[in-house]
Amino acid sequence: MPEVLKAPLAVEFPFTRSLGPVQSAFLTGLRERVVLGVKTVDGRTLVPPVEYDPVTAEEIRDLVPVATTGTVTTWAWNHEPRRGQPLDTPFAWVLVRLDGADTALLHALDAPGPDAVHTGMRVRVRWAEERSGAITDIACFEPYDGDDTEVTVPAGEFENPVTGIVAEARLDYTYSPGRAQSAYIHALADRRTVGERCPSCRKVYVPPRGACPTCGVATAEQVEVGPRGTVTTFCIVNIKAKNLDIEVPYVYAHIALDGADLALHGRIGGIPYDQVRMGLRVEAVWTEGARYPDHYRPTGEPDAEYDAYKELL
Amino acid sequence: MSKEPVAVTGIGQTKHVAARRDVSIAGLVREAARRALDDAELSWADIDAVVIGKAPDFFEGVMMPELYLADALGAVGKPMLRVHTAGSVGGSTALVAANLIAARVHGTVLTLAFEKQSESNAMWGLSLPIPFQQPLLAGAGGFFAPHVRAYMRRTGAPDTVGSLVAYKDRRNALKNPYAHLHEHDITLEKVQASPMLWDPIRYSETCPSSDGACAMVLTDRAGAARAPRPPAWMLGGAMRSEPTLFAGKDFVSPQAGKDCAADVYRQAGIADPRREIDAAEIYVPFSWYEPMWLENLGFADEGEGWKLTESGVTELDGDLPVNMSGGVLSTNPIGASGMIRFAEAALQVRGQAGEHQVEGARRVLGHAYGGGSQFFSMWLVGSEPPTS
Repeated sequence: MPEVLKAPLAVEFPFTRSLGPVQSAFLTGLRERVVLGVKTVDGRTLVPPVEYDPVTAEEIRDLVPVATTGTVTTWAWNHEPRRGQPLDTPFAWVLVRLDGADTALLHALDAPGPDAVHTGMRVRVRWAEERSGAITDIACFEPYDGDDTEVTVPAGEFENPVTGIVAEARLDYTYSPGRAQSAYIHALADRRTVGERCPSCRKVYVPPRGACPTCGVATAEQVEVGPRGTVTTFCIVNIKAKNLDIEVPYVYAHIALDGADLALHGRIGGIPYDQVRMGLRVEAVWTEGARYPDHYRPTGEPDAEYDAYKELL
Repeated sequence: MSKEPVAVTGIGQTKHVAARRDVSIAGLVREAARRALDDAELSWADIDAVVIGKAPDFFEGVMMPELYLADALGAVGKPMLRVHTAGSVGGSTALVAANLIAARVHGTVLTLAFEKQSESNAMWGLSLPIPFQQPLLAGAGGFFAPHVRAYMRRTGAPDTVGSLVAYKDRRNALKNPYAHLHEHDITLEKVQASPMLWDPIRYSETCPSSDGACAMVLTDRAGAARAPRPPAWMLGGAMRSEPTLFAGKDFVSPQAGKDCAADVYRQAGIADPRREIDAAEIYVPFSWYEPMWLENLGFADEGEGWKLTESGVTELDGDLPVNMSGGVLSTNPIGASGMIRFAEAALQVRGQAGEHQVEGARRVLGHAYGGGSQFFSMWLVGSEPPTS
């Protein structure tokens, strides 16, 4: 069996978040070296604060400062910090109940090793040098052997509240198109388009998925299709996409290659964009070293009759 | 044992806008939920379960809304479910909630759908850089435009029909205080002069990108009897799906859509939807989908849908008003768009639609679709409870 392809796929986006009143106050407080909690209807103080009472569902807005010292309620040692984590040397993930709070906050504890960490130990906030209104304004926690609790009380309302943050997200996958599509892609390297036929309904799928979506059975019989085909329908794209290196306007078409039972998608070239039509007969144009046809161009044959491709629309 | 009748007794929406920077997502959903409870004159304690829906996760980067939003929706100590069917999700979320009542699992359920498109980018979410694939396409419009062309070829519809839909829906939106787009100076000429983005789809024939949420309180017969305002009754509801791509798929009029509508009509005892249904709020993100869905839903014979649009039948004062709220073309928080359709249908039969009320609307269809025309969800609601 030919090699099944694999490649890294990084899904990455800078999502933005509007904070609303409570998170806005909390993150602005961190910027000013103040930790704020919120009072619930039954008198508890939640840190980090939430907008709605978890018991009564009422809107809660009574923000109160709590200490920057606290107690570890539980922890886990992180042997190998990953990119984007609070510390780049091994550290403990800790839940810290700050003095004056009734709930615990998740953060990192800078400690020399797991032997130096225990539930019940006293810790305090280590502030980041540069603070912008983010949870990372707390650089981490550090062991604390003082007896006092340290509370910073804000002197009135904060200036220039933080109202939004950017939440960078990144997911790293190893993507594999699977057996059938790998075979299809390998064949394209020889400039051949090879689909697979469903053993039940006899339809030829290009590109193949390895199974017929209608019959739910595996496909295996390989069938070469094309190289010519018919434009079944199309649109003229007039907006330039950021991630796409194609000059506009261009024609994006559904092309039913001869012998295939559904259309694949491609760009039409070698003809003015406003002369492309349904039924146009086309063939692939390859460029050296490319994985896919660069585009499809007219063959010069007469247009296909509508009845010949209307079932493929 | 027959099913419990399902009633809509509360409806709430946010004012849909391009960006709600003043609220978190929790604050946004809360606003819609609170309005639905107020409409039903209920409190959080009256709700037995919460069913929530939203757009695909990459569209806004919130992976577990059911976890994040439980507090905001008063769901602590109650069942909370999340539903996920791409663009149709707002409709299928409402139907999952309705089925919990029909099956007598719960008496009163809060259902809600939302999206904050301003915090993300749906076009990015639809065009992830999948290895080994050839990048070709720019957004949903490029995906749907070839199918619009196929519809025009199949039916011989004049190419002005799409602009008539957009002009109608944008004028309807002017009567709906919750709609996103309020284009007071809209004219048919302006629609027709707007730039072609994905020929044959023009800029003014596409939906906007919105922030918004929609919520409904669904309840049983006993709950409806206590309701302060007239309820809407579910007369039929169904969902269907099919693969995105398969040999023989009819993108212009997908089989799953036809089957879904037929199921709803069978439940509701509708033999002739064109005569027996008073109005329809259907998911039209690109203008041409109005005539396409009119055929798919059985309001017109194949090839005839555009004639209803062209002759004014689907205008607010027409014989079969379509998209009285201004539709998806005027408001599109994607995750919520399906539920807004369902809610508009309910508002109409309750007589609560304000300036865009259709006089005497007794049976109204709400419709949503999603993915590559592969998920369908619909309900028919009425002013009177079901007879069977």
